[in-house]
Amino acid sequence: MDPFFHLEFDSASENEAFARAVVCAFAARLDPTLQELEDIRTAISEAVTNAIIHGYDQQPGTIWMRGCLHDRLLTVSIEDHGVGMEDVPKAMEALYTSRPDLERSGLGFTLMQSFMDSVEVTSVPGGGTIVTMRKRILPPSQDLTDGER
Amino acid sequence: MSFYADHSLRMESRDNILLIHVIGELDHHYCQSARGRIDELYDQSHALHMVFDFSGLNFMDSSAIGLIMGRWQKASLLGGKVILIHVSPRLHSIFSMAGLYRILEEAPDFEAALALTKGE
Repeated sequence: MDPFFHLEFDSASENEAFARAVVCAFAARLDPTLQELEDIRTAISEAVTNAIIHGYDQQPGTIWMRGCLHDRLLTVSIEDHGVGMEDVPKAMEALYTSRPDLERSGLGFTLMQSFMDSVEVTSVPGGGTIVTMRKRILPPSQDLTDGER
Repeated sequence: MSFYADHSLRMESRDNILLIHVIGELDHHYCQSARGRIDELYDQSHALHMVFDFSGLNFMDSSAIGLIMGRWQKASLLGGKVILIHVSPRLHSIFSMAGLYRILEEAPDFEAALALTKGE
């Protein structure tokens, strides 16, 4: 059976740090490089922050996070039942933000796409959003002089 | 001299510069509280420029870019600069991706930042 986790937590901003720590701990069994861990940490943080700020408009709500490993492929999905998005491609455009009033940079999806191998977004206006990200973790290097490990 | 310190943010004004040490994980949660504290001390201290010191940073995401851009908007209204120091290679690549270097500058350390504020 492939390793997996299911997690449900409230949409408090404190849980941004919690969520990224969970995924990094889950992925740790693959012995990822520091660079890979940082990439995952940033991508998870972006998706959970989106759920809190945009999905639930900073109001109380529930976020579901699921992860699994198949060989060395990490898949994580982050789901909210918030407002959803009418225009997903627009939301994913670099530098586009619906909330400039909150000093959002509009770079969340850009960073997710830069740091993960794939990012899929399913959204229903009034129903919620699911962001699914995948990243292949490279096998540990045999070279023990690799200072990053 | 104005001063502020808690477990995640340390600030001091030196001449016309507000030096801001960001400590720990600069995410959306962090930015919510840091934003107001930075602006308050910037206004109180009558500083012109802001220098962000990232030597104590463990993590950042795109929320940090919004925070820095917002402070740049505030400082540039008064003719001030925002300068980033002790920027790691990873941080540098994220800032480059965000186009931050089109509007603000990076320096290796505070002395170099000080020289930039004086136009040296």
